[in-house]
Amino acid sequence: MKARIDVILKDGVLDPQGKAIHQALRHLGFEKVREVRQGKVIEIDLDETDKNRALSGLKTMSEKLLANQVIENYRITLQD
Amino acid sequence: MALRASVIVFPGSNCDRDVMVALTQASGKAPNMIWHADTTLPASDLIVIPGGFSYGDYLRTGAMAAHSPIMNEVIAQAKKGVRVLGICNGFQILCETQLLPGVLLRNKSLKFVCRHVPMEVANTDSDFTRAYQKGQVLSIPIAHGDGNYFADDATLKRLEDKGQIALRYCDNPNGAARNIAGIFNESRSIMGLMPHPERAADPLLGSTDGQGVFKSLVESLA
Repeated sequence: MKARIDVILKDGVLDPQGKAIHQALRHLGFEKVREVRQGKVIEIDLDETDKNRALSGLKTMSEKLLANQVIENYRITLQD
Repeated sequence: MALRASVIVFPGSNCDRDVMVALTQASGKAPNMIWHADTTLPASDLIVIPGGFSYGDYLRTGAMAAHSPIMNEVIAQAKKGVRVLGICNGFQILCETQLLPGVLLRNKSLKFVCRHVPMEVANTDSDFTRAYQKGQVLSIPIAHGDGNYFADDATLKRLEDKGQIALRYCDNPNGAARNIAGIFNESRSIMGLMPHPERAADPLLGSTDGQGVFKSLVESLA
């Protein structure tokens, strides 16, 4: 089973990379961009067929290592 | 008795030898150098987590090192009150293990900053800072891309109220909350700081302002 985990900074945490990208997009003429936040995408291939067990494992992985919950939120998406 | 110190070495540590020299000069005894894959520590009064780029800063700075085999033992010893000093990447690692609150974010400027900066000693009532005067201004080098200290407002207030701020930048180089350059845990048995006192511990290095950290530790623990 394959999974995708998005890790993104929480609201209120300064994201200087997002700001720099925003600035660059404006320079390119995309004036309607209001805000840019940059995060990470982690793809995981799991040796698991049970959806609930997979989700529970991925949640633990996210909280122990993949995201730092002081500053980041994570979102797990299972792919078939 | 001479200070018994252990310095943890990760793949990518690059200040381990500098801190070994500074500790040896201050205490007269060389520290044990402990490889990250080890699982036991010799009896130690002080554990140092040195600067560098452990695991290439993959995922987040300090995130991988925080789960190295030796860190279980470091955390166990720290919880028993053994003093722990984390410098630069060591500070980042201590935050990732949650031995210290908060986290070090990317510098506000997005630039790696490598220069001597002035900072003020905010609290001298600790085994890490007692050789300094309160308010003393030190010139110590920083060298980091992720030194922007961040914690939520409640945590920052608690750090202030409980005297857990060790050092503050005079001229904030990285966007750190409340100009924080270094903090203690609540019992002040652990200190993490972004500046490199071991790079300012010998006249040949241009400053000896960092010596006070090692002198304080020897005075307190030896």
